[in-house]
Amino acid sequence: MQATTGEKIAFRLRWLRRRPSLVLGAVLVGFIVLMAILAPWLAPADPYQQNLMQALLPPSADHWMGTDAFGRDVFSRILYGARLSLLEVALGVGIAVMTGVPLGLVAGTIGGRTDHVIMWLMDVLFAFPGIVLAILIVSILGPTLINMLIAIAIFSIPIYARLTRNLTLGLKQLEYVQAARALGAGRLRIMFDHILRNALGPIIVQATLTAGTVVLTAASLSFLGLGAQPPTPEWGAMMSDGRNFLGVALWVSFFPGLAVTISVLGFNILGDGLRDLLDPRS
Amino acid sequence: MQAYFVKKLLMLPLILLGVSFIVFVSIRALPGDPARLMAGPEATQQAVDDMRVRLGLEQPLPIQYAGFLMDAVRGDFGTSIRSQKPVSEELASRFGATMSLAAVAYFFATLIGVPAGMAAAVWKGRAPDQIVMIVAILGASVANFWLALIMMDYFAVQKGWLPLLGMGGPAHYVLPSITLGLLPMALVARMTRSSMIETLEQDYIRTARAKGLGAFRVYRRHALRNAMIPIVTIIGLNFGGVVGSTVVTETIFNWPGIGRLLVDAVRFRDYPIIQGVTLLAVVSVVVVNFLADLLISVLDPRVRFG
Repeated sequence: MQATTGEKIAFRLRWLRRRPSLVLGAVLVGFIVLMAILAPWLAPADPYQQNLMQALLPPSADHWMGTDAFGRDVFSRILYGARLSLLEVALGVGIAVMTGVPLGLVAGTIGGRTDHVIMWLMDVLFAFPGIVLAILIVSILGPTLINMLIAIAIFSIPIYARLTRNLTLGLKQLEYVQAARALGAGRLRIMFDHILRNALGPIIVQATLTAGTVVLTAASLSFLGLGAQPPTPEWGAMMSDGRNFLGVALWVSFFPGLAVTISVLGFNILGDGLRDLLDPRS
Repeated sequence: MQAYFVKKLLMLPLILLGVSFIVFVSIRALPGDPARLMAGPEATQQAVDDMRVRLGLEQPLPIQYAGFLMDAVRGDFGTSIRSQKPVSEELASRFGATMSLAAVAYFFATLIGVPAGMAAAVWKGRAPDQIVMIVAILGASVANFWLALIMMDYFAVQKGWLPLLGMGGPAHYVLPSITLGLLPMALVARMTRSSMIETLEQDYIRTARAKGLGAFRVYRRHALRNAMIPIVTIIGLNFGGVVGSTVVTETIFNWPGIGRLLVDAVRFRDYPIIQGVTLLAVVSVVVVNFLADLLISVLDPRVRFG
C-alpha cells in the first residue's frame, strides 16, 4: 500500500521528535549558517565603518547590540563574523580530516612498522595541550587567521588518525573485507572502497564534535591576539576589544561571546545527535 | 598487566624525544638568524655572536640537537630574552601559581561534578537528570573566557564583591577557578552519570539492596567506588585541556602563572621562554596521563589481572 504524502510527513516528524538533539543541533548550526549567508542583506551597517561620534552606544533600536569603541555596529560585525567562523570550521576541520584520516587508514591497513611510526608521531602531537601547540606554531608562522587555523588543524590530526586506525583494525577483520581481499582487490581499493566507506559515520560524528572545539579554540586564540587581527570582525577578536570596557560597555564582548557559545553548543548537540544516528558502536 | 605498563613506561621517553625534536626544529625553522632571534632585537653584534657560540649554531644539526637535549634534561632551557634570567628560574617562580589554580579548579569541579552526576544517575530520566545534563552540555560548550568577562563585569567591577585581577587571598581564586573548572566539572558530571548508570544495573548492586542495605549506603559504598574508575580517567585525560585553558584564564585574570608567561613571551618574541613553557606543559601532561592510567589499574582489578 502506498503511503500518502500526509502519512510520510507525519512519519518523518515522529522520527525527528525521537531525535531532539539532532533537531536542536541542526537548528542552531543552521542559524549560524543563515547568518553567514544573509549577512550582506541583514546587516544594517558596514562592519568596518567607524563613527567615533557614536562610540560605545548601548543596545538600542538603531544598534540592536550597541556599538564598539570605534562606533562600529556590533550586530553587523557579528553577522559578518559568522562567515569567518564557518571558514574556521571548514579549514580547521577540513585540513585535519584530510591529513588524519589517510594516516589512520594507512596505519591500520598496512600495520607493522608503518603503523608504529605513524602512531608514534600521532602520540607525540597528542602529548601537546592543543592551545600550547597552536601557540608554538603561531609564534613561528606569525599571528594571522590562516596560520592559526593551520595550527588548530595540526593539533586535531591525531584525533582523526587514531579514530580511523581503530575503525580500520575492526573493519579489516570483517568477512566482506576478507572476501574482497580473497577475490584479489588491491590495498588501495580495500582501503577506500571497503574500509573508508564504512568508517565514514564515526568520522563525520567526530568532525562535528571537533567543529565546536575549533570555533572555541579559534576564538580563544584571536582573543589572546594570536589569531585574526583587528579590525577583522572575528568573534574572539571582538571580545578582546571589549575587554577594556568592563563595567562600562559589556555588550561589546557579550554578544560575540554569545555567538561563539551558540555555535559551539550547536555543533556539540548536533554531534551528539549524529552519534546516535550514525555511530553503531554506541 | 605489568608488560602493559612497562611498554607504556618505555613509550614515555620516546614521546618526549619526539616532542623535544618538534620544539627544537620549530625554533630553527624561524625565518632569519636564530642567534639574533634568541639574543633579542636589541642585542649587540657581540651578544649575537656569543649566542651563536652558546647555541652551537656552527655545529651540525644532530650535534646541536644532542646539546639541546642534554641541556633540557638538566632543566637548562637557556636565558629569557626579556628578563635576562634563566628560563628555569622564570618557570619555577610561576609554576606554583598555575598549579594552585588548577588544583582549586579541579577540587571544586569534582566536588560538584561527582554528586551531580550521581544524582542524575539515581533519578535517571527525571527532573534532576535533565537539569544536570542541560547544565553539563552548557558547561562544556560555553566559551569560558566569555563567562569570565561577564563575571568580572558583574561581580568585580559593578558590585565590587570580588577582586578583578591578580593573585592574592582566597577571594582571588573564585572567578579564575570557576572559569577553569567549568569544563572539567561538566565532563566529570557526564562521566559519573553514565558510569553510575552502568554500575547500578549490575547484579551485586541488586544483591546489596536485597540484603537490606540502605539506598544511600549502596550508592556510596558500592556504586561510587566502581564508578570512580572512569572519573579518574576523564580527569587524567582532560588535564591537557586544563593546562591549555590556563593560558586563556591566566591572561584574562592577570594571574602570574606559566600560561600568562607563554602569552607574554609570544608578544615579546621571547623564544627561550616559549620553548621552556611548551616542554614543561607537555611533560606535566604526559606524566599526569601516565599516573591516571596507573591509578586506574590500582582501582580496577580487571585491568590489573586482565
